Amino acid sequence: MSIDTEKLLWMYTNMLKIRRFEEKVAELFAAGKIPGFVHLYVGEEAVATGVCAHLRKDDYITSTHRGHGHLISKGGDLKLMMAELFGKRTGYCKGKGGSMHIADMDLGILGANGIVGGGPPIATGAALAVRYKGTDQVAVCFLGDGASNQGTFHEGVNLASIWKLPVIFVVENNMYGISFPQTRSMRVQDIADRAAAYGIPGFVVDGNDVIAVYEAAGEAIQRARAGEGPALIECKTYRYRGHFEGDPMVYRTREEEEMWKAKDPISRFEAKLMEMGVLNEAQAREINERILAQVEEAVRFAEESPWPAPEEVLEDVYTVAV
Amino acid sequence: MRTLTFAQALNEALKQEMRRDPMIYVAGEDVGVYGGIFGVTAGLPQEFGEDRVRDTPITESAIIGSAVGAAAAGLRPVVELMFIDFIGVALDQLYNQAAKMKYMFGGKARLPIVLRTTCGAGMCAAAQHSQSLEAWMMHVPGLKVAVPSTPYDAKGLLITAIRDDNPVVFIEHKLLYGLEGEVPEEPYTIPFGQADVKREGTDVTVVATMAMVHKALAAAEELAKEGISVEVVDPRTLTPLDVETIVNSVKKTRRLVVVHEAVKQGGVGGEIVASVVEEAFDYLDAPPKRVAAPFTPVPFSPVLEQAFIPSVEKIVAAAKEVVA
Repeated sequence: MSIDTEKLLWMYTNMLKIRRFEEKVAELFAAGKIPGFVHLYVGEEAVATGVCAHLRKDDYITSTHRGHGHLISKGGDLKLMMAELFGKRTGYCKGKGGSMHIADMDLGILGANGIVGGGPPIATGAALAVRYKGTDQVAVCFLGDGASNQGTFHEGVNLASIWKLPVIFVVENNMYGISFPQTRSMRVQDIADRAAAYGIPGFVVDGNDVIAVYEAAGEAIQRARAGEGPALIECKTYRYRGHFEGDPMVYRTREEEEMWKAKDPISRFEAKLMEMGVLNEAQAREINERILAQVEEAVRFAEESPWPAPEEVLEDVYTVAV
Repeated sequence: MRTLTFAQALNEALKQEMRRDPMIYVAGEDVGVYGGIFGVTAGLPQEFGEDRVRDTPITESAIIGSAVGAAAAGLRPVVELMFIDFIGVALDQLYNQAAKMKYMFGGKARLPIVLRTTCGAGMCAAAQHSQSLEAWMMHVPGLKVAVPSTPYDAKGLLITAIRDDNPVVFIEHKLLYGLEGEVPEEPYTIPFGQADVKREGTDVTVVATMAMVHKALAAAEELAKEGISVEVVDPRTLTPLDVETIVNSVKKTRRLVVVHEAVKQGGVGGEIVASVVEEAFDYLDAPPKRVAAPFTPVPFSPVLEQAFIPSVEKIVAAAKEVVA
């Protein structure tokens, strides 16, 4: 699959944007500026990036508790995201959702989700709407290795399969459900094998190789747009940080972490782009600085934004107040 | 006016709304050629085709969850949960996803979903096919809950539910499906949050829901013979709940009995009594009473089941007690 320069640079920039955003969130969380639970996407940037590189604005995604990377890749606004993480009224959800519930209906982002396995039936439903209206949009359901053990995964994939809906299930296998390793949570080595149970194609890819993700996703999305039904893509990857910020990570070794960091998706791709002559040191520096400025701008926006008024707690429960 | 059964009234509402709005689809177990286990969706696939009337596998999480995704993407799903007892295997998609999305997303989601389901005992269907779980639904912000008692209300409330942009749990008591009543042929809506005074009276207010409305009316007949005038109020929707009509009735009668088929503990009756006590305590001449099922699962044997379901006699006794 040949990929044009513009797309390659978009993928590089997007991965870096996720990385820098998440690093800043970790810093702000540690400083006590971001309340609640945050689950960071550092290390997994190639997955959301390689998949969303194929998506249009009118395509749908469902995300997870570890959703910042998906949102950024689908076009989410860093300022509105950061303000939401702070709990400010200018945030994506007016401070009512926080990290685990950011959504942007105008970008087809049907929400991050605090419930592991919450997304598959919802993505299937969005794909049903697409089929119903006869358009060529697709829905992508991001989920983790842990979610693939939930009943909702089975129900969502099965329904998508029998109705031949344009939905792509992207399993981000980062090897752990909090502390419980994938090797102990299922007897199959590859979650993609589960696709066979639904009569749909399953792909296993190196989730730290954005080109590999891009190619597998491209094939699956093309099939879905052509009306050939769902697919399952398992991306093997690793989260550098804990399940959430503050996780002591007693369940894995520092050696394992270093081994994965040696396969870092961003530095690998950067080296490849330089080798291809698509990117040079000066450009890389410029991109990085531009992103850092965007992240700083997002933080400034969040910090300067007003808190919600206490009475806003009562708004938005129903479309018209009950 | 012509009469229809409760099931026919619902069926007519579905057909009329589906003719009006092509974005409405129906999905659920056996809703297609079978016509729904209680016949409510009969004739739908013949008129609207299989794209709009979708038989699903036995997959309640995906039935409700796919409705959430489809609604978020612009459709108006009317999905059927064969028995409300089955909500346990699918509850997350209803109360964590459908009910909360709009709020969590700062008001931006629009989720016009109707979840039609059946409740109630009286068919010897035992503990997992007979429950009345409306209090669970009423406890969740973001859901609306409709509980019709007559064919007229069933049609009007279902049309309102379908046109509502919020998730609505629409609960149909299975013993009511055969009940006949006058139903206008044209489509009409009944606003949510508007209780209906099914019988006017002056001595005691009996608030009752679904099948219990008819038992309350039978009790009112009995009590009339003894000179006790009963006002029967049917809330028709639990969320929103028309506290005002109930309170106004109690201000007039100064006495309150609440009747429901669900177990008394944690039931809707407690909510209604508490609302009346908060707003009209000084008007009450007697402590309010609740007539409801005992705190047990629904039993199987007809003898046990009839002991479980609140009876006309129990309503009569409770009314006499508060009037005495």
